[in-house]
Amino acid sequence: MPNMNSCLSYLARQLLRMIVIIAVVATLAFVLTATAPLDPVTAYLGFDRMQISPEQQQRIIQRWGLDQPPTVRFTTWAKNVIRGDLGDSLVYNEPVISVIQKRFAASLKLMALAWTLSGIIGFVLGVLAGTYQHSLLDNAVRMYAFVLASSPTFWIGMVLLAVFSVKLSWFPICCAGPMGVPPDAVSWAQRLHHLILPAATLSIIGVAQIALHTREKMIDVFMSDYALYARAMGESRLGIAWWHGLRNALLPAVTLQFASLGELFGGAVLAEQVFNYPGLGQATVEAGIRGDVPLLLGIALFSTIFVVTGNAIADLLYRLIDPRIRRGEGVA
Amino acid sequence: MNTQTIARQLPMPGIRFSLGTRRSRTLCLVIFCLTIFVGLFLWAWLVGENGLAVNFTQRNQPPSWDHPFGTDWLGRDMLVRTIKGLRISLGIGMAAALSSTVFALALGLAAATLGRHVDLVVTGMIDVVISTPHLVMLILISFSMGGGVVGIIMAVALSHWTRLARIVRAEIMQLKTADYVRLSRRLGRKPLWIARHHLLPNLLPQFLVGLILLFPHAIMHAAGLTFLGFGLPPHMPAIGVLLSEAMRHISTGYWWLAVAPGVALLFFVKLFDLLGGALRMLTAPKTSQE
Amino acid sequence: MLEINDLSISFSRYGGWISRSQLRPIRCLDLKLEKGQIVSVVGESGAGKSLLAHAVLGLLPGNATVSGQMRYQGADLSPTRIRQLRGREIAFIPQSVGFLSPLWRVGGQVARAARLGGKDTARAADSRDRAFARYHLAADVKSMFPYQISGGMARRVMTAAATVTDAKLIVADEPTSGMDEDNSRNALAYLRELADRGRAVLLITHDIEAALTVSDQVTVFLNGVSVETADSKDFEAVDGLRHPYTQQLLNALPQRLFTEVVNGHRRGAGNGTGCVHFGACPLEKDVCGHAAPPRKRIGNGWVRCHHA
Repeated sequence: MPNMNSCLSYLARQLLRMIVIIAVVATLAFVLTATAPLDPVTAYLGFDRMQISPEQQQRIIQRWGLDQPPTVRFTTWAKNVIRGDLGDSLVYNEPVISVIQKRFAASLKLMALAWTLSGIIGFVLGVLAGTYQHSLLDNAVRMYAFVLASSPTFWIGMVLLAVFSVKLSWFPICCAGPMGVPPDAVSWAQRLHHLILPAATLSIIGVAQIALHTREKMIDVFMSDYALYARAMGESRLGIAWWHGLRNALLPAVTLQFASLGELFGGAVLAEQVFNYPGLGQATVEAGIRGDVPLLLGIALFSTIFVVTGNAIADLLYRLIDPRIRRGEGVA
Repeated sequence: MNTQTIARQLPMPGIRFSLGTRRSRTLCLVIFCLTIFVGLFLWAWLVGENGLAVNFTQRNQPPSWDHPFGTDWLGRDMLVRTIKGLRISLGIGMAAALSSTVFALALGLAAATLGRHVDLVVTGMIDVVISTPHLVMLILISFSMGGGVVGIIMAVALSHWTRLARIVRAEIMQLKTADYVRLSRRLGRKPLWIARHHLLPNLLPQFLVGLILLFPHAIMHAAGLTFLGFGLPPHMPAIGVLLSEAMRHISTGYWWLAVAPGVALLFFVKLFDLLGGALRMLTAPKTSQE
Repeated sequence: MLEINDLSISFSRYGGWISRSQLRPIRCLDLKLEKGQIVSVVGESGAGKSLLAHAVLGLLPGNATVSGQMRYQGADLSPTRIRQLRGREIAFIPQSVGFLSPLWRVGGQVARAARLGGKDTARAADSRDRAFARYHLAADVKSMFPYQISGGMARRVMTAAATVTDAKLIVADEPTSGMDEDNSRNALAYLRELADRGRAVLLITHDIEAALTVSDQVTVFLNGVSVETADSKDFEAVDGLRHPYTQQLLNALPQRLFTEVVNGHRRGAGNGTGCVHFGACPLEKDVCGHAAPPRKRIGNGWVRCHHA
């Protein structure tokens, strides 16, 4: 029986840790944007100050304390954030929160598809490569990982675009839906059609990582004492992979998947740029280039929460599922 | 113990010779890699401005014997552009990696030697950096420095130091509690002597390998940043810039503008990986007894 | 049931592209095991003896070369035949709990062993339960993980795994290593019980006392060579034994003379000719350094010594 008290205290500690990290990152992000060679008023109002009436300008300056020294600005911003107000994005002319909501929904589809694909395909390839070491499949997987795992994501996207969209015309060149069609009218099939190439771009590297990692674990399994014992019992290669390999390789693979959410998001930023996909990644780039500080800060905060949660889940899974850690060390 | 461990543990009389062959092969690999790097920089320097002449009669040519990488929309030879771009990208990447190393060394050392509080702070910093999505941090830092080359170098440097710092910290902490170090101190050896004779030989191999393996990451992330448009002025066409310009022309079918620079970058990144792997094998001979 | 003649196992290690050197942990091993018998192979702690177990079960790594004869029930024990027989007719009891899969409940592992031994799922579960009961393992042990059970319990679990398959030949590797007296005694008693019920047990150990309590015959193993095989009762007095090394071993026991045992070739079996005890034998002469002694039959066993 897992100890209830230690369970709760662990959860409490993790939660506290997450909050501290998010707070620190928020502060850091604010400091970074504050030290940018951009004066705070312009950052919030944009360069088209003509469009906004002087009273509007004054109100915004008041609400965000833009004429105050940095420390005051920070506390104002922090207070606003805690209240749920992240400000307005000047690039998209709407509240930061709604921008993030809409765009994250789009990015989520892309990332979820890529994450699932890379997890499943990577795991299966890794298991097979590790079980049949030195076979053709194993060598193919290793060659694939060697070449592609360190390729830049955006370049892979461009190659895929060039081959499959331009040359072969199998897939659309850009965006989340056909041109001119409003987002609500896009069917699932069309959405998928537009998702495939960007998702493939994101998966290609993820597959390589999971496959290699799983392969290593499978090889460890086959070199272990218990695999020897299993062979002595008459277990075949495939049998060892199924009965011993899977349970020893599954947890590390899943943990790795959850811990790689940061890279996934980074890849999404690049992939969305290549395929002009209207997701959160593209919004980040726009915010960075055009100096949209509220949006940039909002995205920084949000994406950090995303990654920190992923890391925490990875850690939790590890403790929950590995019976040795869950029930504590020791002998009955 | 299982038979595989038995087979591996048996004393090997001929091992010195076999290690020599493998050593010499790895050494060859190292020299090969270094030669190519130097070669690249020399080539870029020697080519000068020649190949970059604008030539409207030769616009948008696919790869051929005259122009192995094709030409771009201004008639410039892509091979020359790629070489120059590589030199810039590699230069930026290496500068970032080196700065990152200094940072990592300083922080790792501080964490391991200046007491618990400093250690806590540094570990906290490491936690924070790895909890932020990499690219977001890069964009933030580059934004904060106002873009430009320095911005990119700093951005990459400040987000890549964690792994190396951890290695340094772990090594030093382990050494502090090692028996032979404590013995040395008892025998009255000065800290500097201990640092030179115990610390350095243990730390240097791991550190060197970590350093070399930092380069590919730094180069690729710098390329990613420049691709996204953060910071390099147009007269510094690094690979990322080349690729982002190529984006505009993909739909018109000029695929070589994108493929060639990318392959070149990939080649050099892989070279660093190989170099790192070879160095690791050379400096940790116990792992090469396969 | 099991007969091994002149077994030699060598390993080649590859450095560069050509085979660098050969190492022969087992140079010359002879063994004969009948139904209902326990034969022990006793020798110093080291890599050689476990290799025998692995050889019989076909578990040697790829770079091992095996020569000599291994016959099971009269027919040659080829690699193909071993693969068919292991888990069904030949069972293995490994040394320690580390040989159990860490993330799998032990009940499941033993049931799997029964399945591999040819039983269907229902009968496998049933045999597992009966085996657990026979070895006094409580019902809830079935759902425990290896890290939760003690060393003694692990040994009983693995013995159960060997018996659920109706295997005729059981190879036990170091059944008493790392265990206290009670558990050791139990482990050996289980093996004796298995032999008494008609199976054949090959026991590999460094503990000659333990071996003597349950074995019918003991083979003494030194530096890659089986130097003597004798009935257990011959070990009661030093004179009952012929090989000087065996006599030294016996005298080294605390309850006998408690003297030292000297091993001349610490570096493991080299490629030299001559007797393996050369360099530490009180009876050695010139011939011992040049020629390997032939096998001489003595009573129910044999000896490899020029002076026997």
